[in-house]
This record gives sequence, structure tokens and C-alpha cells, in this order.
Amino acid sequence: MGKFRKQFVSGIIAANPVFMLGLGLCPVLAVSVAIDYGIGMSGAVMFVLMASNTVISFIRKFVPSMSRIPIFIVIIATFVTITTLVFEAWIPALHEALGLFLPLIVVNCIILGRAEAFASKNPVASTIADTLGATVGFALALVTICFFRELFGTGSLSLFGVHLFTLPVLGEDPILLFILPPGAFLVIGLLLALLRWRGVAQSE
Amino acid sequence: MNELIVIFVSMAFVNNVVFARYLGLCPYFGVSKKTGPALGMGMAVIFVMLIAAAATWLINHYILIPFNVQFMQIVIFILVISSLVQITELFVKRTSATLYNALGIFLALITTNCAVLFVTLWNALHDYTFIESIVSALASGIGFAFALILMSGIRERLEIADCPRSMRGLPIAFIAAMMLSLALIGLGGMI
Repeated sequence: MGKFRKQFVSGIIAANPVFMLGLGLCPVLAVSVAIDYGIGMSGAVMFVLMASNTVISFIRKFVPSMSRIPIFIVIIATFVTITTLVFEAWIPALHEALGLFLPLIVVNCIILGRAEAFASKNPVASTIADTLGATVGFALALVTICFFRELFGTGSLSLFGVHLFTLPVLGEDPILLFILPPGAFLVIGLLLALLRWRGVAQSE
Repeated sequence: MNELIVIFVSMAFVNNVVFARYLGLCPYFGVSKKTGPALGMGMAVIFVMLIAAAATWLINHYILIPFNVQFMQIVIFILVISSLVQITELFVKRTSATLYNALGIFLALITTNCAVLFVTLWNALHDYTFIESIVSALASGIGFAFALILMSGIRERLEIADCPRSMRGLPIAFIAAMMLSLALIGLGGMI
């Protein structure tokens, strides 16, 4: 059990895919304008990564190493198609908001990276622990960035349509920059610098 | 003709793949440390986007739409892109050693560049004609190369700048990207 826990925890902090490894930046920056979108995107990534890595781990002994990348890509693309169709049918508002970033999960480097580095070499149980860690780490990073961008960009916070609170001054006059593209670069740059300053991440 | 110009300016500058749409960020921050490799990567992306847009347009219009299986777009497009990249790599390797030395290693990285898949899906979503698809792919590629080369120049200077230890490397590159993207917002009113 201890081994699984170590794999799970390493994905969240020490090997956090976004902050430590700089992987999967595109969806993180693109959909992080509201916490709802962040949670939706994390859910989609979590499902795709979990399902495709489990399948890849099951078939790892039958896949010839020459053609493994195309096989992995087809498996991942199949699950992404399923996710996209499910979102379109049941949560059309979220499907509309995430737009082309939903199908673009196929080329998210976290997914192919985990499949190549871990799932294709390890048994199913430890693959699931590793995948859970990586996805929780991804979700944590994404929601943190969403939190700051929504808080400063709109001056208030809401979760699934329920209004949580409004900031005193920013509520009337929000800093629009945070919602616009530059805000994403600013927030992730400052967060990364903060993590390095506190010694959580390694400075260059 | 007017429409083509609008598509070009919109895809290359106003809705620049990197600064306005946040696409291809992994290679963007990965290869922008020096101007030389940035130039090679930019050229390789323009080339792959062009052939990918042409190939996926043909497949979409002559296979997927007639058989009404557009839901297969994601699977088919990514397969087409990765095989095209592989074929191009082999072809370049056999025909021109100089070109292979300049582009070789970057070609392999392009399969996971989300900007390429994005352009093909965007063209399919907006029902572009063949010419429009080509122009939009060319413009996106030029936009990506433009952003990459701009950034590499800035990062070469940042390397020797004296900034706080925890800001060095990636964090300061993000802040620089923020300034660039802020400048490009100024073009927003054009289209």
C-alpha cells in the first residue's frame, strides 16, 4: 500500500505535471477564466487519462514497441471522442465554453507522457495510483489558477452558478486584464516564482 | 480575395495561436531559449501545418462527410498528422541532409503540438474551402513562428539580465509572454 501512496503523492507535489514539469500548459491557461470551467476540464482530463492508461497498462505486453505511439494515440483519441460527445449531449454549456480545447486533450502532453513513461511499463494497480496522482496534481494547478483569475478578473467568486462572495472594491471595478490572455501568463508566472521562492520547486 | 486577407490577418496576428489562443505552449517555452532552434522549429511548424491542413481537408470532404462520420474527426486527424510528420521526416532525411539537420529533431516534436491539430479542427468547424484552409494554416504557422522568434530574442537577453533567483528561467519567460500578448491585444479592434 505504501508504494501506491508514494506514487500518488509524488504526482501531486514533487512531480506536479503543470508547476514542476511544465506539461499540459495549453488547457491550463486557456480554460482558467472561471472555476467551473477548470473543474469541467479537470474532470475530462481525469477520465481520459484514467481510462486510456488502464487500457494501455492492460495491453502493454501485446503492443510491439515499434508501433506503440500510434496505438497509444488511437486509444487516447477514442476516449477523447467519447468525452466530447458526452459533454455535448449532457452539459452543452460547458462544451460550448471549453470549445476546441476538449478535442485538443488528445495532444495534451501529460496524457501521452504518462502513457509512455509509466502505463506502458507497469502493472494496472500502480498505473492507477500514478494516474490518480498526476490528474489530481493537474486539477489542483488548474483550479488554483482559475481561482486567482476569476477572483481578480471579475471581483467575485461563484461555483456551479452559486454566488459565493464579492470583493469590496474589485467587485465594482474588476481588473479585466486577468480574464484576458495576458492575465493567464501573469498568474502562472507569479505562481511559479512563488513556488520557487518558497523552495517547493527548484530554481534554475 | 478580401475574405482571404481577413482570415490571414486574423489567424496570424489578431488571434495569434500563442498569445490569444494559448496553443502549442509546450514547444513554445521549450524551444525558445535560442534564436537558431526557434527559427528551425518555426519553419517546421509552418510546413507541417500546411500539409496537414491540405490532407485533412481532402479526407474530411471526400471521406468523412460523404459517409457522415464526422465524429471520427479527432481520431482520423491526429493519425493523419502523426503519419504525415513521420513521412516528412523520412523524406527530408533521404533527400536533403542540410534541411534534415535544420529541421530533423523538431519534426518529431510536432505531433504533440496542439496548434497543428487545432488548425485542422478549426478549418473543419468553420467549413472553410480548400484555399481558405490553406491560407488559415499558413497564417497560423507564420503566427506561431513569429511568436517563437520574438520570444527567443527576448529570452537570449533575459539570460544575461540580473533578475531575482526564483524568477529566473520559466517564470520570467511567462511574464515576458504576458507583455507580448498585452501588446497584441492592441490589434483586437482591427477585425
